[in-house]
Amino acid sequence: MHFRFISSVLCVLCALTYSGVSFAHLVYVSNEKDDTISIIDTTSNEVVNTIEVGERPRGITFSKDYSKLFICASDSDAVQVYDVAAAKLIHDLPSGEDPEQFVLHPDNKRLYIANEDDAIATVVDIESRTVIAQIEVGVEPEGMAVSHNGKWVIVTSETSNMAHWVDTEKNEIVANTLVDQRPRDAEFSLDDSELWVSSEIGGTVAVIDTATQQTRKTLSFEINGISADRIQPVGMELTKDGKLAFIALGPANHVAVVDRASLEVIEYILVGKRVWHMALTPEQDKLYTTNGVSGDVTIIDVASLKAEKSVKVGRYPWGAAVLPAEYIP
Amino acid sequence: MTAFFGKQCCVVGNSLRMFIIIAVLFVVAIGSVKANEVDVAVFYLEQTIERPPVRSKLISWPEDDGLQGAALGISDNNTTGKFLKHQYSLEHTVVDNNADLMASAKQLLGQGPVVLILNVPAEAVVAISDLPEAADDLLFNARSKRIGLRSEDCRVNVLHTIPSRAMLSDALMQFFAMRRWSQLFLVEGNRPGDSWFAEALRTSAKKFGLKIVKQKQWLDDADIRRNASLEIPAFTQHKKYDAVIVADEDQDFGHYLLYNTWLPRPVAGSAGLTPVVWSPVIEQWGALQLQSRFRKLAGRDMTGVDYANWAAVRSVGEAVTRTNTNDVASLREYILGDQFELAGFKGHSLSYRGWNGQLRQAVPLVHAHAVSANAPIEGYLHQTTELDTLGLDKPESRCNAF
Repeated sequence: MHFRFISSVLCVLCALTYSGVSFAHLVYVSNEKDDTISIIDTTSNEVVNTIEVGERPRGITFSKDYSKLFICASDSDAVQVYDVAAAKLIHDLPSGEDPEQFVLHPDNKRLYIANEDDAIATVVDIESRTVIAQIEVGVEPEGMAVSHNGKWVIVTSETSNMAHWVDTEKNEIVANTLVDQRPRDAEFSLDDSELWVSSEIGGTVAVIDTATQQTRKTLSFEINGISADRIQPVGMELTKDGKLAFIALGPANHVAVVDRASLEVIEYILVGKRVWHMALTPEQDKLYTTNGVSGDVTIIDVASLKAEKSVKVGRYPWGAAVLPAEYIP
Repeated sequence: MTAFFGKQCCVVGNSLRMFIIIAVLFVVAIGSVKANEVDVAVFYLEQTIERPPVRSKLISWPEDDGLQGAALGISDNNTTGKFLKHQYSLEHTVVDNNADLMASAKQLLGQGPVVLILNVPAEAVVAISDLPEAADDLLFNARSKRIGLRSEDCRVNVLHTIPSRAMLSDALMQFFAMRRWSQLFLVEGNRPGDSWFAEALRTSAKKFGLKIVKQKQWLDDADIRRNASLEIPAFTQHKKYDAVIVADEDQDFGHYLLYNTWLPRPVAGSAGLTPVVWSPVIEQWGALQLQSRFRKLAGRDMTGVDYANWAAVRSVGEAVTRTNTNDVASLREYILGDQFELAGFKGHSLSYRGWNGQLRQAVPLVHAHAVSANAPIEGYLHQTTELDTLGLDKPESRCNAF
């Protein structure tokens, strides 16, 4: 009797623990120099699994139904498809050479891939696994963004210093916006009215008006004790409520927080070394930053704008993508 | 257009004939791209260098050193230019003697304001920039590291994309100071470049508070390929030093010093840990992309001279992109202005020093297979940019032309 009571209590406990785990999201982090992906549980903030992928994994993104993870394995010249439920790589997509970054169109069908070495962007149909189009872009395409309405895909060229506006109906460039040196990342606001483009060597972020394709404001950054040369904006995350933007400042080892209404920097948060890309949780309460040189991921609390913890991952963590709890198989 | 910038150039005695052929091709080519709004011609002039033999068979210099860097710059500019209706072309002339060099320079510069990249010795940089025909031109020195060209021999119409020896030696001394290797043994080679470099090393050591405790001229009669382990310990005998620095620009003997010094100390300078303009081991800051683009074009690794030529062409490209003009005076003004910056795959944006026309740039310290450090070394501060801790800062330069 007594024994049975204890075991039923244990069972309740384990059920509780189990359901607790199922509410946790998973953050997938690509490790550029380890050829792996680290998976972090957002409850424990520990690495719960590491998976082996192709060479030099950089950009990663989930399919819209979260059943698949796409991985730019740059040195394998492939975009790999990882089946989340089966927990294995199932096939490659034709990606063109040296894929670095990509975006999945809201139609969950067209993947736009930046081929850094060839100055082209490749458009792949992920179902038929065929190349639909190749678009000539500037030198070293890198940053990719797709508008939420699906009308625009943006490709930034690092050496041409441009954001190219690709009309997704025609898969053609219809406009170009010049930005500062070495544009790395692009993000649309949720209403698609603004495009944000970070310039690593220019040290700035351009906030561009989608309607006119003209720069509305160029943000710059200043941190006491850190020379301007080291402030190199790379990854960006815009919160869904439209209030904040987070800008990873690379070797300045800080994330800048920008108030979107005033377009002013309100905070600099110290993270790991050479902070690269970031991902927000679905609740938008935590931000995960990849720190390339220190080989870790910093977790930032969005409400308090404080770094809470850093967790060691593989070598040179690069990209990050979140698998929401409800989609964990 | 690609027909004559992608190809390796041949060295010709009669450069003028070649120039005329190219000029004809060029006019034809320009005619065919009339639809573009801005056409930018970049001229490249090189005098081939007769290099004396060196001991190691592994040391060699590509014949198209420099030219391929310029060609890659043109290709990068055109990829960008096609979105802006800007079209770039490269016209190269390679000569093997002084008389041809001056004749070619006059011919090129006499066509009105042009952009001309010089791959010629220091004396020729001065002679060409002093030609009456050169007064309204924009010249880039992409080869000579002579410090004087950035100081008393500077010219207002010449910018320098290759670092001076002072920038290279300062980079090394910053690293030594950071490591507290303060007592140095200097070995100086016997070729002209070696004494220039040794002089730069002495000046930089002083600048960063380091001491050259011993200096020796290299013995050219030593047979070090066989006897390095016997000759070099004796040659480097001294009671105390933290590092050996060697000035041996043609890499004739410096590599044989490694592991053979009297005291077990690192070797740096022209061998061992080397301050460089560029090197295949540089991967950070997107450099891998530049390296692989270059390899695809040239079929070999990118050298420092290639990099300096690439940077010159890219500087012009950046200025044309931002100003939408091919007017040489406007381009020069933009390039020397506060707005100008160029991403150069070295972790800092590149710009030109307003007092002597030198391109500011980081100097990586490398050995055969890795980058050990990147100067400016953290901690060397400057009121404008840390990059100005390398080479002649405004108060040090005796250049008054700007």
